[in-house]
Amino acid sequence: MATTARIQIDGQGPVVALQGFFRRLLEDESLSGVMLPVHLFRHGMPMPTLVTRPDQLDRADPLAPAFPMNSAKLVSRLTRGATGERIAVVMRPCEIRAFIELVKLNQGSLEEVILIGMDCPGAFDNAHYKEFLGDREGMAASVQFHASLSNGGLAGGFELAPACRVCEYPSPHGADMVIGLHGADLGSAIPVMATSARGEALLGAMGLPEESPDDRREKALAALTATRVQARDAMMEQVSARTGTLEQLAEYLSGCVNCYNCRVACPVCYCKECVFNTDVFEHKPWQYLGWAKRKGSLKLPTDTVFYHLTRMAHMSTACVGCGQCSNACPNGVEVVELFRTVAARTQAGFDYLPGLSLDQAPPLTVFKEDEFQDTVSHLA
Amino acid sequence: MNQDFEPAILAFVCNWCTYTAADLAGTSRMTQQPNVRLVRMMCTGMVDPKYVIKSLLSGADGVLISGCHPGDCHYQNGNYKARRRVRLLNEILSQFGIDRRRVRLTWVGASEGQEFAATVNNFINDLRELGPLDSRGLAAL
Repeated sequence: MATTARIQIDGQGPVVALQGFFRRLLEDESLSGVMLPVHLFRHGMPMPTLVTRPDQLDRADPLAPAFPMNSAKLVSRLTRGATGERIAVVMRPCEIRAFIELVKLNQGSLEEVILIGMDCPGAFDNAHYKEFLGDREGMAASVQFHASLSNGGLAGGFELAPACRVCEYPSPHGADMVIGLHGADLGSAIPVMATSARGEALLGAMGLPEESPDDRREKALAALTATRVQARDAMMEQVSARTGTLEQLAEYLSGCVNCYNCRVACPVCYCKECVFNTDVFEHKPWQYLGWAKRKGSLKLPTDTVFYHLTRMAHMSTACVGCGQCSNACPNGVEVVELFRTVAARTQAGFDYLPGLSLDQAPPLTVFKEDEFQDTVSHLA
Repeated sequence: MNQDFEPAILAFVCNWCTYTAADLAGTSRMTQQPNVRLVRMMCTGMVDPKYVIKSLLSGADGVLISGCHPGDCHYQNGNYKARRRVRLLNEILSQFGIDRRRVRLTWVGASEGQEFAATVNNFINDLRELGPLDSRGLAAL
């Protein structure tokens, strides 16, 4: 696309510069609001916040390395049904991919929403964000996070969330506008690219100075993606080796207490009522005793492996690897590693890339008459 | 081959084709090994993947899903949907060491009693070779 504008950073730093950008964006009369992470408290967690009054952007911080939830679910709520007004939403690449999946499943709409994608270096899980923040003020800590990344890595033994370390999509796909953090010098300017006709119209009307194109972002992205792909492949190999049998899988999941937090946190698990919450699983006392007698013992709660395998069947083709399942797990089960490993297989099985194209139908919503002949057994 | 091992098979068969074929195989007094438990479904298109998963975790050594030939589905396209679901299950289950041959999808038409008996006998023999599924002995599933 044509327009690349420049968000000039002055002495007050990149967070304030981005706030200025969104304030200016909100002045556009075609937009009624913008959803982005806001530090509502000095030391708390920055949460996605729908801002309609420009002065409320003073504590907005799209650079915060916090990822308390996948906002695709929120944007789905904001767009399921018309309001007659248009909003902009600031999202990470995995949030956009999850939202595109939800749109394909009729759980949201792109009609009245402008997607602003942030280049994403990764984020911390909730526990580590708190630790990273310490006593510092939120926005100052975000600037320090990005400064240490551009200086070669995170100091103080901090590591990104497991999902982010193996994420091969650090730049947004399918957004209307992209804020190009990769390769940018956060001491001088951040480039903003219009990546759709709607984005072009909005960005053009903002009257920002034009950025002359260079290949710094492409180079930084290519290097980061290569590292991530390598880490991803190593992770999947390791998970496969640890879960090669049902018994190993049960051991891998042995910390699971069937709280179903992973399902609640999952952006593409969208069923209003999950079968695991229905009375299908309200077993009678004598049933438990019967099962225990059959094998001599019965692990409680029951149906743990069943739950995870069923969830894989339900959502693995749509899994974008955002890692909120692991973030939500109270017992440190390595959920995202397992699900990404399985998802890689199910997605490859249907040649499906979740969240990258509206035109590619979710695999289990369509069929062809002449396909997968090798899945059917015939008499020899 | 372990001759002492008697595999347990759960078969989800569609009302219109394979169940009728199974009936035909029975009334024609064809010889079949007795290891299969039939579940009559209205269509293979309503065999939820979790039925298959639950069967395997609950002691079945193999699951047979059998319905109408392509183009013959009583509900137009249920068998095509079943084929995608079995494809999905193959990918998931084989990741955890469950051999693809344990989940079998076949098309057996209403008049094919002979084919039904042969399908069942072949499947049982394959499972005898594969041996019991390790879920049988696991308390934590």
